This record gives sequence, structure tokens and C-alpha cells, in this order.
Amino acid sequence: MKELALHVLDIVNNSVSANAKNITIEITENTNDDYLTIEISDDGSGMDADTVSRITDPFFTSRTTRRVGLGIPLLKAAAEACNGGLSIQSTPGVGTRVKVDFQLSHIDRMPLGDLAGTMLGLVTGCPEIHWKLDYRVDEKEFHFDDEPLKRELGMDSLSEPMVISYLRGLLKDGIEDLHKN
Amino acid sequence: MDKIKSLDDLKRMREEAMKKRDATTTSGKKQVVIGMGTVGIAAGARETLKAILDLIEQENLSDVVVRQTGNVGIDSWEPVVQVMVQDQPQVNYGKVTPEVARRIIKEHLQGGKIVEEFVIPS
Repeated sequence: MKELALHVLDIVNNSVSANAKNITIEITENTNDDYLTIEISDDGSGMDADTVSRITDPFFTSRTTRRVGLGIPLLKAAAEACNGGLSIQSTPGVGTRVKVDFQLSHIDRMPLGDLAGTMLGLVTGCPEIHWKLDYRVDEKEFHFDDEPLKRELGMDSLSEPMVISYLRGLLKDGIEDLHKN
Repeated sequence: MDKIKSLDDLKRMREEAMKKRDATTTSGKKQVVIGMGTVGIAAGARETLKAILDLIEQENLSDVVVRQTGNVGIDSWEPVVQVMVQDQPQVNYGKVTPEVARRIIKEHLQGGKIVEEFVIPS
């Protein structure tokens, strides 16, 4: 993975597989304190303590088609290489929170990448899930919640050309504005 | 397509478009599902999905539904795209780059002709 947005995509797909109905992505960039934090929270099936303790092992997976699960271990390694780390909190029947942080200015920190494109794909591709994005860069904030759109137009509308165009513009502009002076 | 600046604008434009569209054309007749497991993402599945959404928007395709799923279990063929058209058998495509995705939309979904060279052998 060459972008953190791809790691976000990977982690949220774990949430989808865990039958989450609500997934929230929180990103914070703090230039004063030099950190970048990404938190992904869901209300999926959750994991017991034993599973949580093993999840960073690349040879542990819930899948039956192969014997490796690389998503979490790779993200953990990427964070630790940038003076950061990864933690997971989970409760069976309640949900899971994955938090990863990086030194923002670290030379090896991969870029966040195309977060707008990633969110567009998630909202249109998994319309049964309530998606929220809270992105903060120092004093600026962008909040996205797909619930108002679904309430007005219905879940079935999300693959329509006009809806894709609207969502694309909303996400792209909202995220870009955070980095404008 | 002109930029849609608000949810109210979107609602109004959508209602106008739906009035003009043939009432018998219902959404959900053609479904495209992209596998988005770890291997798929590493192989470029997000770019494949982006290409499909771009084409839907550019060509104003109102009868295509796009979905993501997790790992589909055929890692060596990622990115994998599954196509379902009305009552026809599902077609599984493998190694679907953005360019291949565009061909699938145009030749299979719009033209009715399966892109045989990228079908995963059963």
C-alpha cells in the first residue's frame, strides 16, 4: 500500500465483514505537535481479548481461504516506522476501534493519498452502511455524513451519475479546503 | 456534468432527469461488484472502482449499480469484478485494470458482449 487511504480502505472492509452498520473514520493532522492520527470505529461484531491480542500477527486471519492476514500487521509496521503505533479496542457484540498514529513530518510517512476517492467508493459501494468522516487539520474541520443524502434520496440512488457527481465534488472540495491557506 | 453544489440542487436536477427518463428503465438491472479485500486493494481494486464510477458519471449510465465486497477468494486474479445482468449468469472477470473495467462497462454492460479474454476460468 502506497497511501494511507488504502490502509483506511482495508481496515473499514474488516468492519464491513464484521457486519457493522455504522462506520466512522476520524483523521487528525496536528502540525504544532507533529502527529497524524487515524481512528476507525465500527459497531460490528467485535472481537474477544484473545483475538485482539493475535490480530497483529500476519499468520492470524479469520478467513478460511488463506493462512495470512496482512492488513493490520502492515499498517502497524508502517506506523512504527514513523515513530507511531497501532492500538485496537474491541468488545464482542459492541464493536471495534482501530487507532493508528504517525509522526506527521516523518520522512517515511506515506501520504494520506486519495481519501475523497476512497470515501466515494465506500459510500456508493456499501450503501447499507452509515458512513461518517471527521477530518481535522489543525483548526480546520470537515465533517461528512451520508445520512442526509440517503434520507432524501434513498439508498438505491447512490450509484446514479448525478449522485456520484455530487458526492465527488462534496468530498473533494471539503478535503482540499482543509489544506488551503 | 455541471457541478452540483447542494443537496437541494441534486434533488431538483434528479427529479427533472427522472421525468425525462423512460419510466420502464429501473435501476438495479445491471450490477457490478468489485472485490475489495487486502489483496484486491494492493492489486489496484480502488482504481478499478474509480474508473467504473467515472464512466457511470461521464456516460450518464442510470441503470448500473455498483457494489464493493470483501475478498472473493481468488487472489491471483485480483482485481476481480463480478457482473450480473438481469437474468443472465454471473460473469467473473479477473485482473481488471481501470482500462479493462472501461471495456467491461462499454462492451458487456452497454454492448451485451462478454469480454472473454478477461473472464476467470471456472
